[in-house]
Amino acid sequence: MSYKKRLDGRGFDETRPIEAKAGVIHKANGSGYFKIGNTVAYAAVYGPREMFPRSQQNPKKGVLRCNYNMMPFSGAGDRVRPGPSRRSKEISYVTEKALLPVVDLSDYPNAVVDVFIELPQTDAGSRCAGICAASIALADAGIRMRDMIAAVSVGKVDDKLVVDLDYAEEAYEGGDVADIPVAMVPSTGEITLLQGDGLIKKEDLKNALELVKKPLQKIAEIQRKALIESYNLELKGDKK
Amino acid sequence: MNETFKNHVYQALNKGLRLDGRKKEDFREITIETGVISTAEGSARVKCGDTEVIAGIKLSLGTPYSDTPNDGVLSTNTELLPLSNPDFEGGPPRIDAIEVARVIDRAIREGKAIDTKKLCVEKGEKVWMVNMDVLPINMDGNLIDVGALACIAALKNTKFPEVVDGKVDYKHLSKKSLPVNALPIEITVVKIKDNFIVDPTQTEEKILDSRLTVGVLEDETICALQKGGDQPLTQKDVDFMVDLAIKKSKELRKLL
Amino acid sequence: MSKLLVKDKDIIVPGQVVAEGMDYLPSHGTYRKDDRIIADRLALVMIDGKVIKSLPLTGAYVPKRNDVVIGRVMDILMSGWRIDINSAYSAVLPLQDASFDYIKKGDNLTRYFDLDDYVVTKITNVTSQKLVDVSMKAPGLKKLQGGRIIKVNTHKVPRIIGKQGTMVSMIKDATGCRITVGQNGLIWLNGEPEQEILAVKAIRKVEDEAHIQGLTDRIKDFLDKNKISMKEEKVEEKQDKDEQLKEENVEQKQDKGEQNEL
Repeated sequence: MSYKKRLDGRGFDETRPIEAKAGVIHKANGSGYFKIGNTVAYAAVYGPREMFPRSQQNPKKGVLRCNYNMMPFSGAGDRVRPGPSRRSKEISYVTEKALLPVVDLSDYPNAVVDVFIELPQTDAGSRCAGICAASIALADAGIRMRDMIAAVSVGKVDDKLVVDLDYAEEAYEGGDVADIPVAMVPSTGEITLLQGDGLIKKEDLKNALELVKKPLQKIAEIQRKALIESYNLELKGDKK
Repeated sequence: MNETFKNHVYQALNKGLRLDGRKKEDFREITIETGVISTAEGSARVKCGDTEVIAGIKLSLGTPYSDTPNDGVLSTNTELLPLSNPDFEGGPPRIDAIEVARVIDRAIREGKAIDTKKLCVEKGEKVWMVNMDVLPINMDGNLIDVGALACIAALKNTKFPEVVDGKVDYKHLSKKSLPVNALPIEITVVKIKDNFIVDPTQTEEKILDSRLTVGVLEDETICALQKGGDQPLTQKDVDFMVDLAIKKSKELRKLL
Repeated sequence: MSKLLVKDKDIIVPGQVVAEGMDYLPSHGTYRKDDRIIADRLALVMIDGKVIKSLPLTGAYVPKRNDVVIGRVMDILMSGWRIDINSAYSAVLPLQDASFDYIKKGDNLTRYFDLDDYVVTKITNVTSQKLVDVSMKAPGLKKLQGGRIIKVNTHKVPRIIGKQGTMVSMIKDATGCRITVGQNGLIWLNGEPEQEILAVKAIRKVEDEAHIQGLTDRIKDFLDKNKISMKEEKVEEKQDKDEQLKEENVEQKQDKGEQNEL
């Protein structure tokens, strides 16, 4: 068996179409929107603001607190029960860890920067889309960051390494499937999120992490462009 | 809320103006898009000024309640997403979110928006359950009216999924629409001192004395009511508010 | 050879390489990584000779000593007031700095500043852990009566004030509103309702377009075009008054109606 052509006709190292925006949530300090294929993520940043409960304050620097949530109608199958699940809690946790290495909160002792990520519609890759949206939102909130964080999944479908698996590929039945969400600091190649689901040889993993670099650079460029465009739009919007 | 600030709002209202420049009976600009969520069987996004709501409908097969074995089951849920406003906190829905969901639900249920008899697949055994989730992305007031509008637009947009061997196949939607019978519109009229306004912003909601939400059907029949706020209403107030709600409901209905 | 990769006043974003080579020096908003200078926040880049500086475009207010800010009384303490200054850190206004008058310990403090009162106040000290002290003892500091407060992007405050206060003066003159701008992004306005709405629109326009050249002229045009002249104002006022009278009559009737029912 061999996976000759991707189910949706993409190149093996090609992501689904991406759309990104900044400043989509008016009452937030910063916000981002990231759509990859049929997966859509919104992120809003509130803060730095006063940290409650106080027991979680850090007198040395501000705390980054992320919350990932799937909207009840965002799954391809049954309705997702509202409220936190074990899955959403874990994703919130790894999202925090994925973003922290670039974020500098030393100016905000005892305060918190809240990041809320909401997925209205998903087709695999939702944690990565959430991280991409959150990164835009943090930059839009004026938080100091040495770089953006770009994230996408890479993996193996049957005998081929592929970038940005969708549900159909994750459910591929012709052979083994491995799905590896990766987040990276694009300027240095440092990896800030790495999870793996499925069987893969260590050589393949090495090659997969190499393969995903270029798409991640491209994603970072799209994120940066979204931020710049949100400022260009303001004048245009006003002239109407 | 600061008293001198409230007085400032009253002064403007006495001149017929609101802080954002609107007249008392003006809505903010409304846009409705439907079919915005590919994973839902029906969906809509409604923007009203800086308030933006997504409503998504999920259909599933389940057992009917024993006292209504022939009827499908409707349920409405709202969460005040902390993403949408700095005043909202995470955690299970609090009473304000529950009220919004229940008032939206009331208009849809009592206005017989959905013919629940047509949702029966097998009497007493299997019926369609209609789950309506109404979530704000941006929140600047008037969540009930905007949420109800989104919910109705989403219901109108809903298609049944295919059923294969008694199981729902969410990948394939049929061409069959949800049996939508009526389109209730909810209008909340807010009383601030002696002024009546519609489509309040969050700031206006914070200083309101009382409010009345009226669910209105096409023939002007009232299908739902909810009085809120700390101050009482006179019967004259109610008459005026109901008339205003009916008038505004006609404008919103045209957008559907 | 060193190479500059941006133009003066370009918008730069985190991770963007701003210059290559060792000739340029990073300053606020940029850092050096090997032979490259990289942006570390969303900002407007300012090229000052060989120094690459930047002006942030967004971000929450961080309290600074000597800033004059607008705050809201959020709590009354044993010996002072806690003031919300639109920041992650609230400030304390101690008794001895609240007034030129002597306030005795144990006095009813609400007589001076009550909960939810707004004040124009000055930051006198900020510690490393962001404990903030404010004072009312300087000219122009006062309790704000009436009017409304709007929130703007803190980083746009200098543009809203303008050089030597020219921008805010222009808006004041065109609308007849009283306006106080706090460094913390809170602005207090008080004026005739329709004039105040125009003033808010003008401020929002400054906020949205602060980073685009020709701001003063655009705001001037905007105010000229939308100016509510005295004559028009009177006509509108008259209409409003007529309407108001009618409404009042109706209300009076309603009141009577109620009394009858009672």
